[in-house]
Amino acid sequence: MDSVPSTDRGGIGYLPSAAETLMKLVVTGPFGVGKTTLIRTLSEIETLHTEEAMTQAGEGLDDTAGLPEKTTTTVAVDFGRLTVQDDLVLYMFGTPGQERFLPLWEDIARGALGALVMVDTRRLEDSFAVMDMVEEQGLPYAVAVNRFPDAPAHPDEVLRKHLDLDPATPLVQCDARERRGSIDALIALAEHALTRLPAPQEAS
Amino acid sequence: MTPGPGRRLIPAYLVTGGRSTPSGPALDRLAVLLRTDAELPPGAGTEQRRLCGLLDPGALTVVECAAHLELPVSATVFLATDLVASGHLRARPPIPRAGEIDRSLVERLLVGLRSLH
Repeated sequence: MDSVPSTDRGGIGYLPSAAETLMKLVVTGPFGVGKTTLIRTLSEIETLHTEEAMTQAGEGLDDTAGLPEKTTTTVAVDFGRLTVQDDLVLYMFGTPGQERFLPLWEDIARGALGALVMVDTRRLEDSFAVMDMVEEQGLPYAVAVNRFPDAPAHPDEVLRKHLDLDPATPLVQCDARERRGSIDALIALAEHALTRLPAPQEAS
Repeated sequence: MTPGPGRRLIPAYLVTGGRSTPSGPALDRLAVLLRTDAELPPGAGTEQRRLCGLLDPGALTVVECAAHLELPVSATVFLATDLVASGHLRARPPIPRAGEIDRSLVERLLVGLRSLH
């Protein structure tokens, strides 16, 4: 079948020739919130990563402490791919939400459908800065609460209040290890992105 | 995610020959790269050979090539741009280009996502 990516000797996962339209979205949030897990759950190829160089002043970078005048660090960006229709492929890029990764973030977010901001209920405040950054970028976003087994469950309304969410911003609770809920999070984001696009134009 | 004990990253300047701008318009990380029939010259570099070899069986985006070759995206863009200019690769810009997402596209995405349930 054409729609199934060819399985090849190295397990590379080449693009089917029908895949003409490539879209992307950003999966973001604090470290350890489950970005890669969600991407792995949804991706039809083995999750890949690139090492991206970050060049900036070393100030405030704890991972370069002790290195004099260190100005370059690298950050791993995980990504995966999901064929949504035969000719339509969605790429998901897991991008750290820290302000210091802003240049990288902007590069990856350019042309993206939107962002899925992931949240851990045990440390909601870790996601505040990420949400601020996404809002500053003007990118449509939805919040995906990753339901860790040992994390306390809260009703949507309580989480929305604590996250100070705009009523229009979708919030989805899911388990990033499960496909159905993770797809629901993507659907919520896509529906929200649609409301942000100009209304259909009259024939002119 | 932590990479395994694989190859060390190759410094970007070894791939780019010390240049700071590629020999053509910058490729998007989702540009699709395809191999042409043109044979590489005997003097082609290792990284050029690796990229062409990777693409011999099929098409991949720039970012997927970067991941498989363990090269930075910027260095992969350099390599690919040169190989497009020399006729060894073809590059297809992603559709939609940045900023061209329209309603019909998102609606098709939604139909597709709902069908994956």
